[in-house]
Formats: sequence, structure tokens, C-alpha cells
Amino acid sequence: MKEFLTKRNSFIGIIVLATAFLYSKDGSITTSVVSTATAFALPLALAAMVGIMCERTGIVNIGIEGTLLTSAFAAFFVSSLTSNILLGFAASVAVGSLLGLLLAVMSVSWKMDQIIAGTIINILATGLTSFLYVQGRTIPSTFPEYDIPKLKDIPFFGPVLFMHGPLFYFGIFVILSLYVALFKTTWGLRSRAVGEHPSSADTAGVSVARLRYINVAIAGAIGGLAGAFLSLELVGSFERGFTAGKGFTALALMIFGRWNPLGALAAAMFFGMTQAYANQLMIDQVVQIPTQFITILPYILTIIVLAISAGKVRAPAAEGQPYEKENA
Amino acid sequence: MTQTKKKSFDVGNWLIPMIAVLIAMTIAGIMMKIQGADPFSAYKTLFTTSFGSVKGFSATLGKATPLVISGLAVTIGLRAGLFNIGAQGQLISGALGTAWAGYTFTGLPAIIHLPIAILFGVFFGAFVGSIAGALKAYRGVHEVITTIMLNSIIMGLSDYLVVYHFREPGQLLTRTSEIQKSARLPILFGLPFGFFIAIALAILAWWVMANTTSGFRFETVGRNKFAAWYAGISVKRTLVTAMMISGGIAGLGGAIETLGVTYRFEPAFNAGLGFDGITIALLGRAHPLGIIPGAILIGGMRAGASNMQFVAGVATELVDLLMALILFFVTAPLVTRFFKNSGSKAVTGGWGN
Repeated sequence: MKEFLTKRNSFIGIIVLATAFLYSKDGSITTSVVSTATAFALPLALAAMVGIMCERTGIVNIGIEGTLLTSAFAAFFVSSLTSNILLGFAASVAVGSLLGLLLAVMSVSWKMDQIIAGTIINILATGLTSFLYVQGRTIPSTFPEYDIPKLKDIPFFGPVLFMHGPLFYFGIFVILSLYVALFKTTWGLRSRAVGEHPSSADTAGVSVARLRYINVAIAGAIGGLAGAFLSLELVGSFERGFTAGKGFTALALMIFGRWNPLGALAAAMFFGMTQAYANQLMIDQVVQIPTQFITILPYILTIIVLAISAGKVRAPAAEGQPYEKENA
Repeated sequence: MTQTKKKSFDVGNWLIPMIAVLIAMTIAGIMMKIQGADPFSAYKTLFTTSFGSVKGFSATLGKATPLVISGLAVTIGLRAGLFNIGAQGQLISGALGTAWAGYTFTGLPAIIHLPIAILFGVFFGAFVGSIAGALKAYRGVHEVITTIMLNSIIMGLSDYLVVYHFREPGQLLTRTSEIQKSARLPILFGLPFGFFIAIALAILAWWVMANTTSGFRFETVGRNKFAAWYAGISVKRTLVTAMMISGGIAGLGGAIETLGVTYRFEPAFNAGLGFDGITIALLGRAHPLGIIPGAILIGGMRAGASNMQFVAGVATELVDLLMALILFFVTAPLVTRFFKNSGSKAVTGGWGN
């Protein structure tokens, strides 16, 4: 019983109970709010996956924001040029993994300070997207909602989980498989070993540099998926500074979720819920809150969450440090 | 941060940035060509506008003023091993504080009003900076995330304050009243007075970092926290102080911009000044004097951008692209130099302390 009542479990429990209570009071509104919350949460969770993939192998990726921004732009721009959203999606995944490779080149091969490498990616992303952005472009359509038969009829969970677009389902699939891959496969074990103690992994015959390259590039592709979800499914447009700090919030979620995909997913859900509820309160005019406060809520939450958790969790041991082979 | 001892002005230090500028301009030129614009006419307009005449050059120095100051803010942080991405937010809170002091106090002589208004800006910038410093020192929260989050929070808060509390009476636009005449910075030899403050501040910062105990304390904490702790330096206090000073300088940047250029606060003003500071600090390799040429170059591009858009039809955002490319190419060949963690410490390291 004691073990069951951990802080994290009681935290999740409170959220579940609160939601159940609200559902009992007004079912349809609660369902729609939570459904919005899941859609808000997915890009954050995916962006946190980018961070987890990188940091588990020892690379700090502060350029997630730039990856999201550039790939959201690529998705929108290519869809608009070719009138084909599938091509847009492909472009965004390609751009995402290219930026991942760029980070790998800077941090693995050039052994640059990784925080500065990530910042360069962010600055490049802002420069490129604001220069290439043209006002007034539109895309033919967003990815259509696809309701999963049978499952969608489950009360509450149906609308919340099974009435979304294809990229949403794909994103959930990616998050769950990342969890399995990290903790149940050889690849995952090797990746984590490289992130914790690269020289041991090297001794055991794992190529540290190669694995870091591969993982950071895949992480970039996941960032591309998140960007495409934002511009092609959730919002359906693009403007300068479109991602509004989501990539940085994601880093906080990653830390809050202890570098665990499911933990980060739960943290993202908590974020999505607070935003969705704040929006709902504003729409209902239950309380008079200036819009500015709603806007800054996620940022304040991020700081609070970090102030509570950052000192207590342990990051992968080798992150931030380039690996130098010893010449014996 | 490895710093080659006092050898900071050999050929490579000048050559690499110049080559980087050329490559960046070539690439941006190709992109302009693809967009159907004429890169030669764009560059010609851009640089003759900003560097081709005395009037243009003084406009350039005016644009460079806040950039020198925000670059300096980021530099001081880097020296102590802190990456202050929040210069933007600190600058905005400084600008708002200064604007308030500038229009609220009436009947003061300039000699009293100006320093008070500037102090308000410095105070609010320092306050915002020290929040991030304290969170880093006592809660182990990385300053990159907190300062970015604080940027957005400050943006929202300042917008709220101007809309609901400080709005100019009877004004529909979201902006404060204009500051009193007594709070305006004078113009000296055709140049904005702020520019002289900025240069003096850069020299002062360089001198303090090189010649005082406080400077030494900052540098030691920046290079190796454990060594600093072992030497009896209070690492936590140094971190908070460094962020406070860094934020205060950024706030001063906002103050000078308000008192010398904009004369009031509007949320849309000051956009990007703090972010440019990051690029400028990295271009100048975190050297308090090394940031000045980069700031003047970027200030010139900002000053000439709108004319370039008018003549050559290229979006002013070209400057952002150029800055990003220059930064990338400056750091790229530096593999063996400044940015490499050659056995010593990374500037920033992981998320922990």
C-alpha cells in the first residue's frame, strides 16, 4: 500500500478523480474539454519524446523548438505548394531528421557545446522560417478526423481517444513503441548504456558515435511528426513563431516525467488539461480572467513543475558530454 | 569555456567571422535569387543605406546600441557559465519600468529624472534575471528553460499591464503615455547618447572581468564550479549575482531604448533585441569588447533592412536569416577552438548543477 501511494500515483489519482467528478456533473462538456486536452497534449508529448530519445543516449537537445518550427513550416509550405498534405507530411519528417543529423554533426563529430548547438538550430529555424514565410498561403485541407468504429462509442473514452486524425493515432503509437523499445529491446539497452556510461558501452562493442547519430536523427523525425501534427492536423495554418515555446515546455515535461515516455505523456496530459480547462473557464465566463493570464499559464506551470522536480530527478549520467575514445 | 590566454586577437579571430559573413551572404543570396529577387541590388542597398553616409552610419550606431547592451548581458552570463536566453524578457521589463518612471514623475530636472528612470529599468531587469538565477542555484532548474519561460511570462504580463493599468488615457492602441521631456536622453555629436553609454559599459565590463576579484570569481565559477567551491567561492551566490547583473544590463538596454528612441512603451517595441544579443555574444565569443563589431554589423543590417525591402523587394527578415547563417558558420570551423569542450568544461553541461 505504501508503495502504491507514491507522489506520482497520488498526483495522477487526483487528476482522474477530479475528471470523474466533473464528468458526473456535466458529461458532455467534460468530454469535450478532455478531448481538446488530449489534442493539446499530443504535440507536447511527442516533442518530449524527441528530448527523451536524445538525452537517453547522452545528447542534450535544446533545439526541439527549432525542429518543431521548421518542420511545421515545411509541412505547411510543401502542402501548400503541391496541394498534397501527404507530401507535406513527408517533407516535415525529412526536415526534422535533417535537423537531427545537424545536431548530431555539431555535438557528436564537432564536439561542440550541446546547448549552444541546440541554440544555433533554434536561431536557424527562426531565421529560415521567417524569411521564407509568405502571408496568405493556405493548404488544401487538414488531415480529416477518422473515428475508429466501435471504440468511438465507448462513453467518455471514445470521443477522448478515438475521434482524432491519423497523425494523432500515429503519434500515440510512436510514444508507446518508444517506451517498449527503450526498456524492452537490445537497442534500448544499448542506447541507455551509451547515455549513462559510454566507455562501458564502447568496451562492450557498441559504437557510441553511430548510435548517437541514429537516435538523434530518429528523434528529429519524431519532432517532424509533431510539427506536421501542429500545422496539418491541429491548427491547419502557419505563422511566424508558430510553435510558441512548445519545444521548451517539452523539455520540462521530459524532466518531470523522469526521462520516461509514459511519464512524459502523463505530464503532457496534465498540461493539456490545465490549458483546456482554463480555456473553458474563459469561454463560460465563470471567472473574469484576462486572456494574457490564460496565455502565460503553461509557462508559469513549467517553471513551478521544474522547481518542484528538477533537483530530485536524475538525468542520464553522460548527457551533455561529448565522448572521447581513450587511446590505450 | 576555453579561453586562450590573452591571445584573443590573432588572425584567426578576425578571419573566421569574415569568411563566415561571406559564406552566409552567398547562401542567403542564392535563396533570394530562388525567390526571384536580385541579391546584388539587395545587398548594395542594405549596406549603402547603413554604412554609406554619415547619417546612415549614425542610424546604424543607434540600432547597434541596444544590441551592444543585450550582447553584453548574455556575455556576462556566459562568463559565469550561465546561458541567459532571457535577455529579451529582462529588456522588456526594464523598458516598461523605465517608461512608467519616465511619464509618471513630473517636474523633475533631467539630471535627477534620467538616472531615476534608468534605475527603474535596471532594477526590473535585474529582478527578472535573479529569479532565474535563484531557481538555478537553489532548485537546480536549468536557466535556459526558466529564462525562455520568463520571456513569455513577461511578454504576457507587460501586455496585461499596459492594456489594463498603464494605458495612455483615451488611447485605443496598447501603449503607455509618452515620457516627460526631462527623461529623454540627449543627442551628442549627431549620435544617440545611449551609444556612448553602451561602449563605456562594454569597456567597464571588460575591465571588471579582467582586473577585479568579482570578475575572477565569475570566471572561476564559469570554468569549474567544483574548483570554485574548493577555493572558497560561494557558487550559489555567484550564480544569483551573475544572473542579476546580466538581467540588470539587459534591463538597462530596455531603459536606454525607451529614453532615447521610442519615448514610450508598446508591447510590439523592442521585439527581438534580446534574442539578437545571444547571436552577438556568441559571435563575439563572449568577450565584452569582441561583441561591438558584431553588434555594429547587425545594427547596420537592421538599419538598412526596410530600405532594402523598398528597393529590392526582399523581406526584412533576411537579416534574421543572415544572422543565423553567420552564427552557424562562425561556430562551425571553431571545432578546435572556443566551443570545443577539450577536456575542460562545457559552458553549460547537463540539466543538473
